[in-house]
Amino acid sequence: MTIDWWLLFEISLAGLGTGGLYALTGLAFVMIYKATRVVNLAIGEMLMISAYIFFSFSAGMGLPIWLAIPGALLVSGAFGALVERTIIRPMLGESPISSFMVTVGLSSILVGLVELIWTADQQRLPEFLPSKPIQIGEAFVSPKIFYGFWTAVLLIALVLLVFRYWRGGVALRATASDQAAAYSMGINVPRVFSLAWVAAAMIAGVAGIVVGSIGGISSAMGAFGLSVLVVVIFGGLDSVLGALVGGIAVGLIEALTGFYLGGEYKILATFSLLVLILLIRPYGLFGTHEIERL
Amino acid sequence: MLASPSLLEIDNLTLTFGGVKALRGVGFSVKPDSITSVIGPNGAGKTSVFNTISGFYRPNTGSITFAGQSLDGMAPPKRAALGLARSFQNIALFRGMTVLDNIKLGRHCHLKTGPLQALFYTPAARREENELRREIEERIIDFLEIDHIRNAPVSALSYGLQKRVELARALAMKPKLLLLDEPVAGMNREETEDMARFILEVRREWGVTVLMVEHDMGMVMDLSDHVVVLNFGQVIAEGKPSEVQANPEVIKAYLGSGNIQALRARFQQAAQAAQAGKARQASEHGVPA
Repeated sequence: MTIDWWLLFEISLAGLGTGGLYALTGLAFVMIYKATRVVNLAIGEMLMISAYIFFSFSAGMGLPIWLAIPGALLVSGAFGALVERTIIRPMLGESPISSFMVTVGLSSILVGLVELIWTADQQRLPEFLPSKPIQIGEAFVSPKIFYGFWTAVLLIALVLLVFRYWRGGVALRATASDQAAAYSMGINVPRVFSLAWVAAAMIAGVAGIVVGSIGGISSAMGAFGLSVLVVVIFGGLDSVLGALVGGIAVGLIEALTGFYLGGEYKILATFSLLVLILLIRPYGLFGTHEIERL
Repeated sequence: MLASPSLLEIDNLTLTFGGVKALRGVGFSVKPDSITSVIGPNGAGKTSVFNTISGFYRPNTGSITFAGQSLDGMAPPKRAALGLARSFQNIALFRGMTVLDNIKLGRHCHLKTGPLQALFYTPAARREENELRREIEERIIDFLEIDHIRNAPVSALSYGLQKRVELARALAMKPKLLLLDEPVAGMNREETEDMARFILEVRREWGVTVLMVEHDMGMVMDLSDHVVVLNFGQVIAEGKPSEVQANPEVIKAYLGSGNIQALRARFQQAAQAAQAGKARQASEHGVPA
């Protein structure tokens, strides 16, 4: 059997595209986990909410795209702050399992909310990405996936830079490392918690808008979050690098199995990877060893 | 009411955890430019007092006044901005960061650069960063003799050096009052002597007042201007080191009861050992004791 290298390349590019979005959402997840030690199972649903807010702004209210996107991200950020202040903050000091369960509840509340407001029907987001197919050599890439990938790359780079050099990012890393010391050092720990949730909600929001414009939006869109969960467990819950590597890896694996074995094997492959990593390295590729097991 | 001459004034502090009374009416004061030590047997409430001063615990009754300002109900970050810095009994450094980054974080509450300024590294951000760097390198790192490890990750350092980095980080906060929770616990003789010297110099050269909890009696008696003795959440004695050493209440608290002479001898021995250590060090450095 000969391998069609261009075809393999094309599929890998598509996988890379999805992987970039996984990495981006994984980054949002890790940011929350690092700062607040909350395993946020509702990350997929937060992404969905942002896509719907964008849908309301653009298709519903007819705002131009350049206004609808920042608007949707601002509302997403405010939503993140609201969730942190009203649902997560009161859980401070409770067991990790309790706050984990609270996010499970949050995710089903969000699904219900979407179905109440926008119905359970699938919707299409307005087209705003260029639709000319991208050709690299003999391989074709869907323009949406191409631009989605570069959006993810740019945003990841921006977030990493800001959190590397801005003292707020340093405060976040310090809080992740030792809360009591950070507190006594003059770092406003509750504000760091809010910051992490607001930033994560906005990052997930970008991913939501891109994912929605690629595959449409529906109340089942949060399932994207399940793959993201595999990504962060694969990479290590508290590792930014892990989220990036894990995102790309899961994206590639899904694309390749989807093509060679058929679409129904995608999820099987993803979760087999999860089982494998939990057997070999339960703390993930780059995670800290003493992570509390849930 | 007259302005109080003390830097820190603690009055009638009570703190309970469920049915456990950790503090029952603790009150003492810390004079500016002094070194004050809090001693007492395990579980006497020393760290509880510290955590209440830092704002981690909210007392049931009582008040704390710092530099003429009431701290009651104030969040820890605000207390830090007022000039209250501390170290921890178990080292609480930010692992995974270098020594320099840890020390720089101490200045966090005094910095102003925003996210966009940091991203584009504007002149204002650059100026702030350079000032911070210069001061930390010239004053703190040289002073604490940690120049050789400035770029090392803190988790790779020895226990004594980690404690020293913690002190450096606290100094970067530009404190008026430094709270040290067992600064020499678990240190060997040489590390203890170094730390004692740094604490004395912090007071003399930086004009920082020190309040410490310590079990090393030799060090406490040698360094302190004022000693407060806690037992079962109450102040049972306070005064000059020599007065406290001779106080039968204190001796009883440490030994339970019984042979007071033996314990007094132990105290004196510890003090002498510290004295001898200081003399030895002075001669090593070629300075007359």
